[in-house]
Parts: sequence; C-alpha cells; structure tokens
Amino acid sequence: MKVYVPRDAAARALGADAVARAIEAMAAAQGHEITLIRNGSRGMIWLEPLVEIEIDGVRHGFGPMTAADVTGLFDERHPKALGPVEDIPFLANQTRLTFQRVGVIDPLDLPDYEAHGGLAGLRRALGMTGAEIVAEVTESGLRGRGGAGFPTGIKWNTVLGAEAAQKYIVCNADEGDSGTFADRMIMEGDPFCLIEGMAIAGIGVGATRGYVYLRSEYPDAIAVMNKAVRIARETGLLGASLLGSDKAFDMEIRVGAGAYVCGEETSLLNSLEGKRGVVRAKPPLPALEGFLGRPTVVNNVISLATVPVIFEKGAAHYRDFGLGRSRGTIPLQIAGNVKFGGLYETAFGTTLGEIINGIGGGTASGQPVKAVQVGGPLGAYFGPEQFDTPFGYEEFDGAGGLIGHAGITVFDETADMSRLARFAMEFCAVESCGKCTPCRIGAVRGVETIDRIVAGDATAVPLLEDLCETMKDGSLCALGGFTPYPVLSALRLAPEDFTLAREAAE
Amino acid sequence: MRALDPEAGLADRISEICADHAHLEGPLLPILHAVQDELGSLSEAVIAPIAEALNISRAEVHGVISFYHDFRTEPAGRHILKICRAEACQAMGATALAETAKARLGVDWHGTTGNGAVTLEPVYCLGLCACGPAAMVDDRVVGRVDAGRLEDLLVEAGA
Ligand SMILES: Cc1cc2nc3c(=O)[nH]c(=O)nc-3n(C[C@H](O)[C@H](O)[C@H](O)COP(=O)(O)O)c2cc1C
Ligand code: SF4
Ligand code: FES
Repeated sequence: MKVYVPRDAAARALGADAVARAIEAMAAAQGHEITLIRNGSRGMIWLEPLVEIEIDGVRHGFGPMTAADVTGLFDERHPKALGPVEDIPFLANQTRLTFQRVGVIDPLDLPDYEAHGGLAGLRRALGMTGAEIVAEVTESGLRGRGGAGFPTGIKWNTVLGAEAAQKYIVCNADEGDSGTFADRMIMEGDPFCLIEGMAIAGIGVGATRGYVYLRSEYPDAIAVMNKAVRIARETGLLGASLLGSDKAFDMEIRVGAGAYVCGEETSLLNSLEGKRGVVRAKPPLPALEGFLGRPTVVNNVISLATVPVIFEKGAAHYRDFGLGRSRGTIPLQIAGNVKFGGLYETAFGTTLGEIINGIGGGTASGQPVKAVQVGGPLGAYFGPEQFDTPFGYEEFDGAGGLIGHAGITVFDETADMSRLARFAMEFCAVESCGKCTPCRIGAVRGVETIDRIVAGDATAVPLLEDLCETMKDGSLCALGGFTPYPVLSALRLAPEDFTLAREAAE
Repeated sequence: MRALDPEAGLADRISEICADHAHLEGPLLPILHAVQDELGSLSEAVIAPIAEALNISRAEVHGVISFYHDFRTEPAGRHILKICRAEACQAMGATALAETAKARLGVDWHGTTGNGAVTLEPVYCLGLCACGPAAMVDDRVVGRVDAGRLEDLLVEAGA
C-alpha cells in the first residue's frame, strides 16, 4: 500500500513529520506493508498535513491530519477522510501545467518524474536548433513570472544572439515577496522540472552553465534542490552529455544571505559574484553583460519550470490558455487571512473577487474582506470595489496595481491600513540597497511622515504624497520606485485609518 | 595537538575553507556561509585570512558581510528564533505574536536572552503565507504559531 505524506515546508510546518512517524509506527505495529512517499504539497494548505492512501489506483485524502488522527487510518471510515483527492473541487477545477506533478510524484524519484511526462520536453528540445527552441518559447507567449512580465522568448533571443565563450542561465529563486510560495513548492515538490527547464534554456541560448540563486530562508528547498542536482548528474540529465546527446549543461545551487533586494536581477548577479547586492544601472542588460560580465538569462523559477510543459505539449497548447496578452496559466498563491489558502494554477483571466471569495472562500476569520495586496510588498492594495479586475498583467496595471509573482494576500476588517502603509516604508528602509537617496532616505522619512499623520498632523498628508512622487521618479529599481503603490493605495482605500488618532484628539 | 596560537589555528582553518571553495565562480558568499556555519559568527578575526585567500581587500570582505542580514559579527544564542513580520503573516496576527515573544524573552529584535538560549530575529516571509503566522527555529519551520505554540517552542529552546 502506498501512503503519501508531503515533505513540503508548509506541510512540515504544520506537523507532517510527526504524522509520517506515527503512520510508520502504526503500520509496523499492525503488520501493514506500506510504502511511505514524501511527496510535494497539492497546494491545499488548509488541509495540510494532507495524507493520501492509494486504494485500487485512486488516491484518497485525509486531512488536516495530526499524529493523534493516525489511529484508525487504515480502517473503513475515518473522520478526516476527504474522498478521492483529485475530486476535491479546489484541485479538480485547476488547470495544472507547470504544477502538473507537484504533490503527485516523489520529488526525488527520476523514473517517477519521467513516468509523469518529465524529460519529454528536453528530449524534443534536443532535436531542435537553438533558434527553434527560442522561437517555441516566444510562440508560447510565456512572460516572466518574477514580476516584470517581460516576454521570455525575447530575452532568450538576446542571449542567443550574443557572442561569448561562456554564457549562463541564472534562476532567480529569491522569492522574497510576502504572500508567495510557488517557487518554493516547485523546488520542493518537482525539482527535476526546474532542472529540465534550465537545461532547455541552456541548449536554446548556448549556455553550458547554470546557477539557482536560492534564498536562505528556504532550507527545505535548498536540501531538495541539492539532492536533485546530484541525482541529475549521476544519471546524465546534467553534465557533459545531456541524456547522451552532444549538448552539455551543468548547474549549481547557491544560497542567498537574507537580502530582499537580491531578488532584483542585477543585485542578484552582484551577490552571485560575491559582492554587495547593490543594484546595477541598466544598460548593459544582463542578457548581454550579466554574471561575470557575460551574456546571462535571468529567469524566475516559475518561468523556467514552465518551459518543459511548453516543449512537452507544444507552444500552441500553452498559448491557447489565458486572456489578452497574458497567455497560459498562472499559479495563484492565495495567502493571509483566507479560508482556503494555497496554490491554485489556472488560466489568466479569473477576476480578483472570484479568486478571493470563490476559490479562497473569503476570510479565515469570517469577517468581511477589507483589502487585498496583490504582487507582494511592492504591490498595491485593492478594495472590494475593484474585485471585478481580471487577473492579467495589463488589467492589473490598468487598475493601478501589478500582479508581480501572483501572490494575493487577504486582510479582514481588523487590518489597519496606516500600519500597513508604515510597514511598507519601513520594509523599504530596511531592505534598500542604498544606491539612491530617494529610496534610502525617503523611506525613513516616509515612516516619520506617516507617524506624523497618524499623530494628528493633517498637513503631513501632502508631504507624504510628494515624497512618494520623489521615490517613484528618483529610484533606480522597483524597491524604491514601487513602495509608493502600497502606501498610496492604503491611504486611498482607508483614509479613516490614518485619521483615527487625529479625530480622537479633536 | 591543537595549534598553540589560536589565531594562527583559526587562520589555517579559514584558509582551508577558502581552498575548498576556490574552484567556484564567485566564491565569497559560499565561503562566508561555511565559515559562519562552523564558527557561529564572522568576527573581525576572519576577515584578513579570507581577504588574503581571495586576493581582495579587507574592506571589500567587510563590506559584503555588513550588507547581508544573515551574516552576524557577534555570536548568536544557542537557538535562533525567527518570526515572520511580513504582510501575509500580519494578516493573521504576527505583529501581536512578535510583541508577545519580545515580552516573554525580554529582548527586542536581534537580542539574545540573558541565559544565552535564544536570539530573536525578524524575517520577511518564509513562504508559509497560507499558514501564518510563521516562524523558524534554527532550520525548522513552524506554521500557525499562536501564543501556546510559541510558548512550547520557547520552552523547547530553553528560554
Ligand atoms: C526589489 C526587487 C525584488 C525582486 N525579487 C524577485 C524575486 O524574488 N524573484 C524573481 O524571480 N524576480 C524578482 N524580481 C524581478 C527580477 O528583477 C527580474 O525581473 C526577474 O528575475 C526576471 O525573471 P522573469 O523574466 O522570469 O520574471 C525583483 C525585482 C525587484 C526590483
Ligand atoms: S531604489 Fe532602492 S533598492 Fe533600488 S537601486 Fe535604488 S536604493 Fe537600491
Ligand atoms: S508572509 Fe510570513 S511566511 Fe510569507
């Protein structure tokens, strides 16, 4: 009998290891022959730890489990039984392309990976020229999932066209945005998919070396990725001869050191080179002068992990999902104060309201939604009156926000928008790389100015607005340049939160 | 027998670590992580041997150490408790949780308890944003941390 207990960090954070130990102990005591598989997470975090038992080829779910719930798990009826996992509407209604194997397979079992569609994309790519590979990615309409939404094929084409003795593929696994965990879930749940995507990128643009810059806050992902790279080398998925072909590609995992700004691609490259993670001015583009001054593709984990399925199923299959210029699927990460939080991969185009109230089931507390932050700490707060905004790059831009890495953080009525605005400024001050004065000093002034407003000084409101303008205009990167979005949207959404103290004083 | 001069022993060990990483492109961060993992912190004494091994200035090594939140120049307590301060965890009460932790430990952020058991550090997202408030004790992640679970973690850590 196969029993699955996720090894994903969220499942472990909710007690999956204790559940796994209890299952092994019970199986031994009762004389049950079981194979315990530590899979990735299905992404239904409110059901974690979600245990699955395979019965007649169908996986039945039980969750959220505790070690105490394990008693009776192999009996007829269990109070935490959920029925066949793939029939749970949250999962059944998704379009899983990038995440097709996450939660399904044993993340470090390469034959299992292959049995579920893995390596088909790389095999196909090995029969194509670099230009054909790049054209396929362009054709798919894939845009960078790290935040900026830049077309991946165009970026690859620049690197393909650059002449150099050594080019690089750098995977941005810094995932610093609050409300996001898709990169982590792929790396912990389907690491070979990222490796395969990087290998296809490498043969596409003519790069033989790759790095994953992985944040230190993800010890589980670091461990899984390191093991996967070792297995990939031993089996010829990486190395001098990819799957026995004449193409070479190898890669390493590098660990960050706790700086949010190192998710910005040029700061990341400096950090990878062993320098302070200060942002570089562009041009030169990293595509032409990136790691060690050489042509470099810098792509987000999800961008790269989506490449294998594009090659497996074809660019047209991927492109046919989506809305407007946002093609394909997007792994939404529904977080914060929400009833059904987790990862939901679906075609672009779902409205924000459907995501929060339909898929997410509203707040966890049961109180009305006050605000939603989309796109991490640099993303705007949206109020319920903007819930008809469809999820897409242009649509969110048009509504004064951004989709970023597709994290959606829900707040209920108890949220104090002035504190969230203050936090945005404080975060910018703590994480600023220090290069631009409006960011480094402006963010500190921002905290002070919000404190003045909240203390009752109404004249400070225009000062805050001016300061935000200065930060927008005078910042080299989006840390200083976009921090005004959460600040000003919070002020617009709930001006009363900024005046409570003032009214109380009057 | 251990080297008689502890400074020389330290410098030798650091040279070894640097040599182990010499084949890497951009070896400084991996070296700093390795040295800190072994020694617990990056004191002034580690700078010169690293600078020498990589043929860069001491100011450069110092500049890199001071840039990153993970690198510490003072040793931490026996355990490091990181509490997430970021937005998704705030939506689930992380701010109050952090205040409880500070009061219980009698320290502010970055502080270490009097008995040397726990250092409290802020962290901005652990990727556990659908099961916040989140925390991490050394390398172990914990989700949905309420006052009770926090107390269990602190007792376990000896605070
Ligand atoms: C302050 C800041 C932080 C960023 N953090 C990340 C990050 O954690 N992960 C990421 O993939 N991109 C991040 N980005 C975006 C990157 O600079 C870059 O656009 C991205 O890695 C390109 O990959 P993509 O085209 O596949 O999205 C950040 C940008 C800024 C300005
Ligand atoms: S905006 Fe801030 S983080 Fe970005 S380059 Fe300028 S100082 Fe650095
Ligand atoms: S915001 Fe706390 S874990 Fe992501």
